[in-house]
Amino acid sequence: MSRAWQPVIGLEIHVQLATRSKLFSGSATAYGAEPNAQACALDLGYPGTLPVPNREAVRFAIRLGLALNATIAPRSLFARKNYFYPDLPKGYQISQYEDPIVSAGTVRVRRTDGSTFEVEVQRAHLEEDAGKSVHDAFHGATALDLNRAGVPLLEIVSAPVLHSAEDATAYLRTVHRLVRWLGISDGNMQEGSFRCDANVSVRPGPDAPLGTRAEIKNVNSFRFVEKAIAYEIERQVRALENGESIVQETRLYDETQNRTRSMRGKESAHDYRYFPDPDLPPIALPTDLIAEERAGLVELPDARRERYVSELALSDYDADTLTLDRATSDYFETLLQSLATATRADATARPGLAKQAANWVNGELAAALNEAQATIEHSRVPAAALAGLLVRIHDGTVSGKLAKDVFGAMWRGEGDADAVIAARGLGQISDDAPILAAIDAMLAANPKQAEQFRAGDEKVFGWLIGQAMKATRGKANPQRLNALLRERLAQAR
Amino acid sequence: MSAGGGTSGPDRDLASLAADLAARATSARALAEASSRCAAALQPRLNALITATPELASSAADQVDAGRPGALAGIPYVVKDNYCTSGIRTTCGSRMLAGFSPTFDATVVARLHAAGALMIGKANLDEFAMGSSNENSHFGPVRNPWNLDCVPGGSSGGSAALVAAGAVPFAIGSDTGGSVRQPAAFCGVTGIKPTYGKASRLGLVAYASSLDQPGVLARGAADCARVLAVIAGHDPLDATSSTAPVGDYVAAAARGVQGLRIGVVEEFFGAGVDAAVADRCREALAALERAGARLVPVRLPSLPLSIPAYYVLAPAEASSNLARFDGVRYGHRSSRAGTIEELISNSRAEGFGPEVKRRILAGTYVLSAGYYDAYYRRAQQVRRLIANDFARAFEHCDLLAGPTTPTVAFRLGEKQADPLAMYAADVNTVAVNLAGLPAISLPAGFEAGLPVGLQLVARAHDESALFAAGGALQRETDWHLRRPPGASA
Repeated sequence: MSRAWQPVIGLEIHVQLATRSKLFSGSATAYGAEPNAQACALDLGYPGTLPVPNREAVRFAIRLGLALNATIAPRSLFARKNYFYPDLPKGYQISQYEDPIVSAGTVRVRRTDGSTFEVEVQRAHLEEDAGKSVHDAFHGATALDLNRAGVPLLEIVSAPVLHSAEDATAYLRTVHRLVRWLGISDGNMQEGSFRCDANVSVRPGPDAPLGTRAEIKNVNSFRFVEKAIAYEIERQVRALENGESIVQETRLYDETQNRTRSMRGKESAHDYRYFPDPDLPPIALPTDLIAEERAGLVELPDARRERYVSELALSDYDADTLTLDRATSDYFETLLQSLATATRADATARPGLAKQAANWVNGELAAALNEAQATIEHSRVPAAALAGLLVRIHDGTVSGKLAKDVFGAMWRGEGDADAVIAARGLGQISDDAPILAAIDAMLAANPKQAEQFRAGDEKVFGWLIGQAMKATRGKANPQRLNALLRERLAQAR
Repeated sequence: MSAGGGTSGPDRDLASLAADLAARATSARALAEASSRCAAALQPRLNALITATPELASSAADQVDAGRPGALAGIPYVVKDNYCTSGIRTTCGSRMLAGFSPTFDATVVARLHAAGALMIGKANLDEFAMGSSNENSHFGPVRNPWNLDCVPGGSSGGSAALVAAGAVPFAIGSDTGGSVRQPAAFCGVTGIKPTYGKASRLGLVAYASSLDQPGVLARGAADCARVLAVIAGHDPLDATSSTAPVGDYVAAAARGVQGLRIGVVEEFFGAGVDAAVADRCREALAALERAGARLVPVRLPSLPLSIPAYYVLAPAEASSNLARFDGVRYGHRSSRAGTIEELISNSRAEGFGPEVKRRILAGTYVLSAGYYDAYYRRAQQVRRLIANDFARAFEHCDLLAGPTTPTVAFRLGEKQADPLAMYAADVNTVAVNLAGLPAISLPAGFEAGLPVGLQLVARAHDESALFAAGGALQRETDWHLRRPPGASA
């Protein structure tokens, strides 16, 4: 590149809201139903039908607005976006144009190297989804599935403030985590619950005016978003350096060839004739409704991450991993609370305990979930049960090593920690007498090694400990065993 | 034509029909059959029905005769064919929907059914309620029972004609810019358009959603009151439906006008108003004055702006509301279609008539980029001005009065070549829709053998004042009881 081209990227993210019914009708929104089984007269655009706004969707929009520290309009308007398309049953989409419900918010994004940047969210508005044209169901004909028509979406529009494919993807991931965290979307990209259009342009330097942009439509994975944007930046730079100009157009990303191609030209010629929907009075949001949502707002991932580092002294890695998604974090929170109750001490007062809990969640539990292909919400060892095990490690009943076996048994459904320890006799031996008996028997059987130690070979001590531990089938309290063996060897000298 | 003769005919007021039914002097079945028979007999001359439903009316009547109660039990009626009726075709007077059957009943229809009323058919109208003469119907024009060479008004022309001719004691219309009041005036019956949001629009096929409102036509104000009491009231399935309480309209129609201040609107009597029409209206107002009302002069300076504002806003909304008729899922589908674009464009070209196309084009234009501010936004500002004018006028009076229309019914074809002249004649009625207010048209005499209508406008949700004045006028005069020549008993 001969000049320092600056890419400028803005994202339009379409988030499908996890409401039970559609934005303006009572039809269900479940994924994968028989075609048109979830489309009522309104969704089919039948004459005489009227839209009634879904209150839950409005609440979800407020919730996002609060999480983005955005302005939530006390009065916002639904508007009609008019265009003809077979999968758009009314000939218009109900959306928001002037006065969206959420405006002027920000998202703080953390890069993988730990540095952070802020993205301005210009607006987030409610709108209904369109249906789906099915081209391969019938020979020579296009079929329509209107199950998706009217499903509620929140379109989150960033300012054109992103300057690399990596940053754009990091922002996208942050928003993805946030909407799932808030419980307003399942964020399932394969099912289309989380989609993204990227507006990409390049300019000769940060002070130059914005270049002509191309819009990349509906890329359905983080990896492909990053690749598509990277390709598009490269394409535009190459074109401009060859003296060509960029056409304002919509482009589709072809993942098999890793390139974008023009979908339709003259996009700028589209005139959607937006106007306020006369079937829908303005959405008036009473301040107490916003206050209610604010009061019910969960602790956000950044705040939680911050707390894990500053109050629990967890590493950045642990804190990041534990706040990757709400379910993991909530599991960890429950685990901490159960531990605090059981040990009668706040986990913050015992940083070691929090660290141990984090290790278990990120280690044994994660491995077991991964192997079982289960989500943490459906963990076979719930947080309270894991706390029961950690308490037994903490009070010395079971060694850290044996605890892994106990966990395995708990995972297989053999009962809680105490039941498994009792049933398998895995309880640690802390009484001196049985430990001494095992030591004496071991020393009697290995006089040569005992002699070596007494002759000053400290290294053999570890081997002797191992033999003694083996004799107790691993149950001896390690500290006690260590002390008693040293005592015995010294006595016998 | 005869409605069956004697006391079993449907052409009487609702109170006496109810009394006869209660006394078993007649049966619901007999009323339904007489009404259906009368409408069928009138059909060759008036063309007022698009679909007759005599069997449906008779079977509903049998339930009433078997003891099913209801505020309108056993009363036959017709509904304008832009209300959805489950399993019964709903054409909107358009080729586009000539074969279309809805899957549900409009709220208005469902409430009438629940009240025991008997639907004998679906009334003819201007296509998609766009028109003031009922000449814009795919099913042919409706004729005025007072003079078959004249229009009945529109767009609820079939509804008005059948009430005037005595086939039904009441009919349901819809009013976007005068479509209940203007045909009521032209046909010599009473027609009320309630406050916007008073009656549910669910199932009323939309023309201009911010202006559309169900309305009632009957001979007298007291009967309009009885029917409105049944169809009015909040509907949670219409987001624009009002939660304001429904008044005791029947009592209001009997209470009189003592002390009521009626504002005589100078602009309602403005240029273009026929002198004889103005005279009949002043005479009716004098009758109200005799009944105890006080007349005060008032102004609505922005009134002339209502026509341009209306003909920006209504077509804008219509252009969007009618976009769903694309031939894809229901309705007329062109057989000349190779591509999806051709399918949509040819289906619409073939399915819509010229007036509907004219309004869709105008509406598309005023919403287009670069024109929105100059037309749509400006028209919304004018709408606010007009509403403010009404609000100021109501500081000095309880009702506003003037002619419903500038002339009596015109001849078929007379204004077909000049749509603007047709639009201009709606000035007194469209302003009321723009302001969302309730208004009634009352028979006020005749000119050249054709009826004249007096329009009264009230504050929002004060339909009771309209019924009070209507009842009072109709105790002073008998214009509303006059039957067109050859009508039933």
